[in-house]
Amino acid sequence: MLVRFLNHHLRPYRGPLVLLVVLQLVQTAATLLLPTLNAQIIDNGVLLGDAGYIWGTGLTMLGVAAVQILTASGAMLLSSRMSAGLGRDLRDKVFRKVMSLSAREVDQIGAPSLITRTVNDVQQVQSIVLTTADVAVSASIMCVGGVALALVQDVPVSTILIALVVVVIVGLTLMLKRLSPFYEAMQNHLDRINHLLREQITGVRVIRAFVRDPHERGRFDATNRDLYGTTLRVGRIMATLPVMVMTVMNVLTVAIIWFSGHRIDDGGMQLGALLALLSYVTLIIVAIIMAMLVFTEAPRAAVSAVRVNEVLQAESSVAEPRRPITEMATRGHLELRGATFGYPGAEKPVLRDIDLVARPGETVAILGSTGSGKSTLLSLALRLYDVTGGEVRINGVDIRDLDPLALHRVVGYVPQKAHLFSGTIASNLRYGKEDADDEELWRALEIAQAAEFVRPLGLDAPITQGGSNVSGGQRQRLAIARTLVRRPEIYLLDDCFSALDLRTEARLRAALDRELADATILLVTQRISTVEAASRVIVLEDGQVVGSGTHAELIGTNQTYREIALSQPAGGSVR
Amino acid sequence: MTLVADPEVPVEVEERREPSTTKRLLGLLLPYRGKLVVIGLLAVVSIGLNLLGPILLGRATDLIFTGLVSRTLPAGASEEQVLAQLREQGKDTLANVISTVDVVPGQGVDFGALGQLLVLILGLYLVGSLCMLAQGWVVTNIVQHAVYKLREEIDAKLTRLPLSYFDRNPRGEVLSRVSNDVDNLQRTVQLSIGQMLTSVVSVVGVLAIMLAISVELAVLVLICVPIALVLAAWISKRAMPKFAEQWQSTGALNAHVEEMYSGHAVITAFGRQEQAAREFSERNETMYRSSFSAQAISGLIGPATRFITDLNYVLVAVVGALRVAGGSVSIGDVQAFIQYSGMFSRPIIDVANFSGQLQSGLASARRVFELLDEQEQSPAPARPATVSPVRGHVEFSHVSFRYTPEKPLIDDLSLTAAPGRLVAIVGPTGAGKTTLGNLLLRFYDLDGGRILLDGTDITHLTREDLRSAIGLVSQDTWLFEGTIAENIAYGRPGATRDEVVEAARAMCVDRFVRSLPDGYDTVLDEEHGGLSAGERQLITLARAFLAQPAILLLDEATSSIDTRTEVLIQQAMASLRAGRTSFVIAHRLSTIRNADLIVVMDQGAVMERGTHAELMAANGFYARLYSA
Repeated sequence: MLVRFLNHHLRPYRGPLVLLVVLQLVQTAATLLLPTLNAQIIDNGVLLGDAGYIWGTGLTMLGVAAVQILTASGAMLLSSRMSAGLGRDLRDKVFRKVMSLSAREVDQIGAPSLITRTVNDVQQVQSIVLTTADVAVSASIMCVGGVALALVQDVPVSTILIALVVVVIVGLTLMLKRLSPFYEAMQNHLDRINHLLREQITGVRVIRAFVRDPHERGRFDATNRDLYGTTLRVGRIMATLPVMVMTVMNVLTVAIIWFSGHRIDDGGMQLGALLALLSYVTLIIVAIIMAMLVFTEAPRAAVSAVRVNEVLQAESSVAEPRRPITEMATRGHLELRGATFGYPGAEKPVLRDIDLVARPGETVAILGSTGSGKSTLLSLALRLYDVTGGEVRINGVDIRDLDPLALHRVVGYVPQKAHLFSGTIASNLRYGKEDADDEELWRALEIAQAAEFVRPLGLDAPITQGGSNVSGGQRQRLAIARTLVRRPEIYLLDDCFSALDLRTEARLRAALDRELADATILLVTQRISTVEAASRVIVLEDGQVVGSGTHAELIGTNQTYREIALSQPAGGSVR
Repeated sequence: MTLVADPEVPVEVEERREPSTTKRLLGLLLPYRGKLVVIGLLAVVSIGLNLLGPILLGRATDLIFTGLVSRTLPAGASEEQVLAQLREQGKDTLANVISTVDVVPGQGVDFGALGQLLVLILGLYLVGSLCMLAQGWVVTNIVQHAVYKLREEIDAKLTRLPLSYFDRNPRGEVLSRVSNDVDNLQRTVQLSIGQMLTSVVSVVGVLAIMLAISVELAVLVLICVPIALVLAAWISKRAMPKFAEQWQSTGALNAHVEEMYSGHAVITAFGRQEQAAREFSERNETMYRSSFSAQAISGLIGPATRFITDLNYVLVAVVGALRVAGGSVSIGDVQAFIQYSGMFSRPIIDVANFSGQLQSGLASARRVFELLDEQEQSPAPARPATVSPVRGHVEFSHVSFRYTPEKPLIDDLSLTAAPGRLVAIVGPTGAGKTTLGNLLLRFYDLDGGRILLDGTDITHLTREDLRSAIGLVSQDTWLFEGTIAENIAYGRPGATRDEVVEAARAMCVDRFVRSLPDGYDTVLDEEHGGLSAGERQLITLARAFLAQPAILLLDEATSSIDTRTEVLIQQAMASLRAGRTSFVIAHRLSTIRNADLIVVMDQGAVMERGTHAELMAANGFYARLYSA
């Protein structure tokens, strides 16, 4: 899995990859050449008493060492570039993918998990690529090259060497296989730790208000203990591996001396060869240990690769239209025909058979209890979800055939939970229209009744993440202004006056009536006072339309509407 | 109106904090002194035994060489005769070489002696390996336990941090410190104990042996090594700021991703996916650059030091060969020396290579320690007062408070709530209503004035006692991952299922819970429980209902609940409030109208106070708000 994943995503790095292998080949060859030259010094220089030969070969060795450092540095730079580049590419791909997914998939995987996958998991993959390119490649070459050179020195003794190297590699592979589930468990525990901490930070007020810190710490401690237990086990196996390899290496060294002694005694092998063989053993074993350290990281990276891949392979349930329509004959026309929406596997659809028409100049209010499906209805008109039955038409075009950009141009949305982005007031207001000038911004702020509090601060006043430095009411008004700046044809307002006091709401609604006289407005609310002025009210109950008409009509005829109206005293609320 | 100013206070960049970070990192291991000593001893034994290896292997080589040479010499002749004969023939070099070993002319390799020697070597190696194994296990135990403790400490720290810390720092950034940085730190510590210790012990041991074999060759090695170390230090000093940058940009990117993913719906609705992706790419590019340069610079340490040790190898080989030819050193000694110089330089290369990881680990450690050093909320009083039983008399006396120094939020506010009374707080958004609740719960400490509970200053109570007396239901409907039953019982651990169901019934939770497949055992998670905002809020109400606190603090507690449902729970809410002091922040008249006292706030100050009738009659701020 990891191999296939990397193979796919490293495709743009083919060239550097080839170059890297070449550099590593040269580098390793140089490293291996040194003991060979050393053996020649002994056999041809020392034993023949040729000092000139010793010096000459010595100089050659220096040259070889110089080549070694140059190629190793080159390989290092290349592998750094490649791994950091791959990390960047993956993060970009994942982020883009998440942006293209519908709300449904994002909910399914969950935002926290998506964050971990975008940053931490990619980091894991990146780090395995770095170590593989830098260490594992040269280590493998070293292993093969070392064995080859040993064969050149003496075949019979090399057979022992090869046999033991094979034993080591097989043994290590088996051990690593055993390690893999532990790594998976470790990753899960780490996820859980992150999850708990996230929860503790998000819920800090409630946790402290209910004095449940000890409880939360207990939950954290239990997971922390699990993690500790697993890391301990992994750590012990990891500590055992190099010792095993070292032991085999030592046995191998002793064996080589014993058998070489016999070979030399028989005259079948030179003394210099013995020294060279011993150097090769050291090099090979060091290479195996290094490679092993890389491969112990592999299971962890493999788990991460799977998690990243899951996101990359996810399909948005909201598909791009095959032949997107950009031109529409009418303006501001929204229609739902028998629109039905349900989650897969759910018993009951969230919305069933909704029929609704909104035309320019109309304000259609959607009223209903908590959980009656009001927000979902707006989501359908926004194509955050696709209908599972019926259709949504904008200006006569099925929303599924509409070009996404055209859709966003036509439809403006103010969410129930006003979400602002970090930046400035101006950057948030320009969110829907980047080229809006200050005048347009102020105008939108005026309509949204936000100009009053923005004026002393200025348009460049900072907004922190989520808009946490402004109050809920201010946040809602900024979110309304943000949509107003775009001047869409159809406005979807999801209970976005809920944090406003009545006075402000009244002023805001008056301004909207004035400014958006020919716009189409779909308004979700729970306040009767808000719907009184609407052109039409749709009453939702359990995902179905149970009433439709003006306030005057409904108050007399509709049971649900009356109940809701009666539960709210005339005059509504004070803030 | 308030708008909290940019909370980013310029942070002084403190130079030269390395020693303290390193020291504190070591401090984490201090509790394991005893075990560390054991590790040290094991390291000395295992490395000592491993170091004897090459000397003995050199002996073995000499034995083979001796046999090789002896066989070519005429049997029966003595070594002196042979040497004299060789010199006569002009083979001085060979004579010199032979003079370094004991030859027995005519005889081949003495396999008996060789065998004995090799068995001895094998035995020593095995004992050494066992010690090494034990050492590795103990190191693992220490490190994992230390990191376990560190995580625990961080979690404990989070519970002691004031809320203002969480207001100030993006969640993604805090989480990155706890996950990415601690992870990196663990890896560093694990590597460093094992590596540093073995490295130091073997360098010292090897040096001693090398000096014993040949002072001249040892000096050669000693010249090369400092050069390598200086080079490594020079490079790693340059890598350090890059690593700091890398981890910082990781934290920043994490925070950015968090923000973008939580605003996913808005981004989609505005069709801003493309721009969001482009903005992300820019930040991503920054991270790429910092991570590449950190990696590349620190990665060069390896090749650079490698060159020095290669040079060392060449010098030893050449000079050693010349000395053997000159007859002053045996060939086995040169072989041993080459092995030793490898053993001498390898730990140094390791340490050099590792210094990159060390720099990266130190950068992470600094970020973790920064978190641990954050100023905590003021400590609990040494001898805390107790209020028991709580009657619920609450008094705000000349309270002043501001989130940021330059912007006063609440200024000289006084307010009294008699036990069992219902106090409604109304006012435009940003008037400071929620802040009053935050202050009563002591989420923030006052800048001036006092808050008294039954006549006792709340700062004289422990936070736990204070908060146990107050039940909070806020607009923010936080539920934790767990079943619905667990969430309801959150405020009263140990509540029976019947009590939970009773609270649920009172707050209309039972209604929708019954329709869920797993009922009360339905598992909710933090972000998406499949419940609507209103349903979540009902659960938080049931939670407060079950907790039965002396004081109720309802901050827009019914804002997400539709009015029909609110009518249904009104009875229960009334019985919940009965006999309890209640503070209600709301905008619905139904809740406010019956209040014993209505406090009208604007811009952090009390504008008016009185009952509904009084305030309407006064025809002031409240009347204007109400008749909008």
